[in-house]
Amino acid sequence: MGHTEAHLIENPVPSATKQELITKLSRVLDSECLKYLEQDLKPFECDGLSAYPKVPMLVALPTSEHEVCEVLKICYENNVPVVFRGAGTGLSGGAIPYEKGLLLVLSKLNKIVQIDSVSRTAIVQPGVRNAAISQASAKHKLYYAPDPSSQIACSIGGNVAENSGGVHCLKYGLTVNNILKIRFATIEGEIIEIGAEGLDSPGYDLLALICGSEGLLGVVTEITVKLLSSPERAQVIMASFDDVAKAGRAVGDIIAAGIIPAGLEMMDQKATSAVEQFIGAGYPLDAAAILLCESDGADEEVANEIEKTIEVLKKAGATKIEVSRDDAHRLKLWAGRKSAFPAVGRILPDYFCMDGTIPRRTLPMVLERIAEMGTTFNLQCANVFHAGDGNLHPLIMFDANDKDQLRRAEQYGAAILELCVEVGGTITGEHGVGMEKINQMCVQFQPDELSSFLQIKKSFDEKGLLNPGKAVPTLNRCAEFGMMHVHRGEERFPDLPRF
Amino acid sequence: MYIEGKNASLIFQDFRDPNQKLSMQDMDSIILDLRDQLAKAKESGETIRIRGGGSKDFYGLSKQGKTLETTALSGIIEYEPTELVLTAYAGTPLSEIEAALSQNNQMLPFEPPYYGENATFGGCIATGLSGPRRATMGAVRDFVLGVRILDGNGKDLSFGGKVMKNVAGFDVSRVLTGSNGTLGLILSASVKVLPKPEVEKSVCFVTSEKEAIVKMNEIAGLPAPLSGSCFDGEKLVIRLSGAGAAVRAGIERIGGDGFNDQNFWNEIKEQQHPFFRKTGTLIRLSINSASPPIENEQTFLEWNGSLRWLWGSRDLDHYQEIAKARGGNASIFRSDTTCTEIMKLSRPMMRLQEKVKQSLDPHGLFGKNRMFKEF
Ligand SMILES: Cc1cc2nc3c(=O)[nH]c(=O)nc-3n(C[C@H](O)[C@H](O)[C@H](O)COP(=O)(O)OP(=O)(O)OC[C@H]3O[C@@H](n4cnc5c(N)ncnc54)[C@H](O)[C@@H]3O)c2cc1C
Repeated sequence: MGHTEAHLIENPVPSATKQELITKLSRVLDSECLKYLEQDLKPFECDGLSAYPKVPMLVALPTSEHEVCEVLKICYENNVPVVFRGAGTGLSGGAIPYEKGLLLVLSKLNKIVQIDSVSRTAIVQPGVRNAAISQASAKHKLYYAPDPSSQIACSIGGNVAENSGGVHCLKYGLTVNNILKIRFATIEGEIIEIGAEGLDSPGYDLLALICGSEGLLGVVTEITVKLLSSPERAQVIMASFDDVAKAGRAVGDIIAAGIIPAGLEMMDQKATSAVEQFIGAGYPLDAAAILLCESDGADEEVANEIEKTIEVLKKAGATKIEVSRDDAHRLKLWAGRKSAFPAVGRILPDYFCMDGTIPRRTLPMVLERIAEMGTTFNLQCANVFHAGDGNLHPLIMFDANDKDQLRRAEQYGAAILELCVEVGGTITGEHGVGMEKINQMCVQFQPDELSSFLQIKKSFDEKGLLNPGKAVPTLNRCAEFGMMHVHRGEERFPDLPRF
Repeated sequence: MYIEGKNASLIFQDFRDPNQKLSMQDMDSIILDLRDQLAKAKESGETIRIRGGGSKDFYGLSKQGKTLETTALSGIIEYEPTELVLTAYAGTPLSEIEAALSQNNQMLPFEPPYYGENATFGGCIATGLSGPRRATMGAVRDFVLGVRILDGNGKDLSFGGKVMKNVAGFDVSRVLTGSNGTLGLILSASVKVLPKPEVEKSVCFVTSEKEAIVKMNEIAGLPAPLSGSCFDGEKLVIRLSGAGAAVRAGIERIGGDGFNDQNFWNEIKEQQHPFFRKTGTLIRLSINSASPPIENEQTFLEWNGSLRWLWGSRDLDHYQEIAKARGGNASIFRSDTTCTEIMKLSRPMMRLQEKVKQSLDPHGLFGKNRMFKEF
């Protein structure tokens, strides 16, 4: 790829002035749905990743699919870069605005269109909150399985764009495994239905391609999700360990015993003590790590699985085992896990939530290395994981007002991600690449692989207007990043391909 | 032993027949040879038809092009039962993979059909076909974690990986799944595997099709470990799999008569049931599970009612209309006559499909007209 082409893709510029665009957009949007004054734009300057705020030129809040398409047509004609935003809870900066572009916010498309209790599906608009789907289905004894910890706030459209997971994904899968169909608008403003009410559709699996595409290919305007029958009973075990590595090995032992728990989560002492101070979930403060292991299903099934799991945990050296007494107790134990991020956020003003996935067997070794690096970078790090899936969430704590701390936190985060790749894992399990991990994409993928991604991107968005500078780096960017590393004399993995 | 520079990983258990064992160098040279053949074909303007064991030769619109066999590229690369991940070369016999899993009391959760003893792992991924367990456990695409391919430029590319969760880059692995050899040559793939259920039991209800549809959907909405459902024109058969206690509780809740299912589900999966042992044009309808019976047709139901089979006497447009009215699509699964198309896509959808094809196989090297009449 030549320099100019790469440049174009990273830095598109509108061909109309802000005033001209306001005039055009006002014809399709009500005045309260179009923001262009500095004070109205400011609230949209960042998503869940707060370190890199950017104020967009314009914000559009369409109220229908038709308006979404009309806005896109105007943007396409006038070469206006577009960034989509759901609830803005993304942690990789996917919804950080583009300064010379339009932020298209889907929060007003927030209706549950239909719940079909017979075929167990729900049709929802993209701005519907994840938790609202389960709430609305509860009267039919149904629920939507993927449950990101942010589920009370994040939107289902954002979930599709990130292929989000949650604590119950070990058994029930990620977003991609739980949706049947989407309506999708291209940058040209054309609506396409992808997927169907059946379980599969002819042709290439574009549903999978769109899922996790981080707003780079188009916008999701409606989603048909699968609903599952609510389990008769659910119970969670909390097991304490005096050693993090032991807890890590216990995770593998549970799986080896043929048990696939509904959720299998791990937290280290820094995380549990932050949570205890924050909401008091009843976590033991003396344990080096705890595991939360949930069983769900029929009464007798849950009783048996709990028994079997306890046996495994004891053998693995658990120092204390507690089983939830009732649903209130179970939810309290989970509430601690689900509020781990904000709890850690109270220790220091800022944190980076990393999201690497590793082969489970490398868990003890990786944890040790993360702790060592903490000493090197002189920063604190709490660890929360979807342990069953090998998905780590090291939370690096820092104060962004201290530029040196911010720099060290960035380096620490990058080093953790590169470690994940080194042990055969990936830089992101569920939060996406966004802006945050774009450089690490150059570590995980070879130039030819990145070229394929860029080719796919280009085939959906020839002008390069959708979410520029995110998720897939240009080869030039990687070259610069690679040089940067060499320049600093800290090339970490000389055996990995460089370019 | 270490393999493949970038994706270097340990082999934990070696399942290959020691007499036939090929070293990694052998595999590398086979891959180089495949690359050569692709380059030659591209140069001479030929197209390539990728073939594993040939068990699914019947599947697809056209089988033109120079045949490129993957069977030499065989062997399990990595399988660590506690990781629940298996990685194997495309030409590995599916039976070898299932045997290795079985030894560790694990399975391919999507219950892939073989349609012939020569079925390969690559063919299983490339066709994306799944068996009775699909409706509750998921399809091949739900368990594919990563693929290594040669693309239409002969480039050796890896997408996805060997871990359970991975959202770095577009999900090309799932797009390759079910692409029927038209986007790239799958060299190897990693899949998520699961423990085998402790117990498996079936129950049956002698009933009408209409009643069966209602019942299937009702049962699918119950908290029971459902793992298969079908209606064969006379009876509805439901399979439950899981821990003993779960299956017991499920049967209690569902009711029905005891049913000796020995080989029954295998016959369904392999289309050996008398319904399928006919000639003609077999139409596959993937639709809303609760759709009422299709009038004036004898249909065979699977997947809680969302998959319906019938022997067609009309053209595909007719069946597509039926499927569309029921929220889904019709396709031709197999036929003993020559077809002009096997699926129907809207024009905007076709354009998107074409764009994906061009992204990975810009010169149209792979599987000309295997899926689409257009390319
Ligand atoms: C406290 C906390 C806990 C979290 N826990 C989890 C967790 O357990 N698991 C997990 O996976 N994530 C988690 N997240 C991350 C985040 O909530 C998810 O990524 C979520 O899916 C983002 O949804 P959103 O609506 O906020 O999307 P946004 O942040 O608004 O956008 C995310 C990305 O999606 C794109 N996008 C949004 N809507 C659309 C659309 N309709 N069409 C196309 N593209 C679109 C945006 O351009 C952007 O790239 C957590 C975040 C926080 C703050």
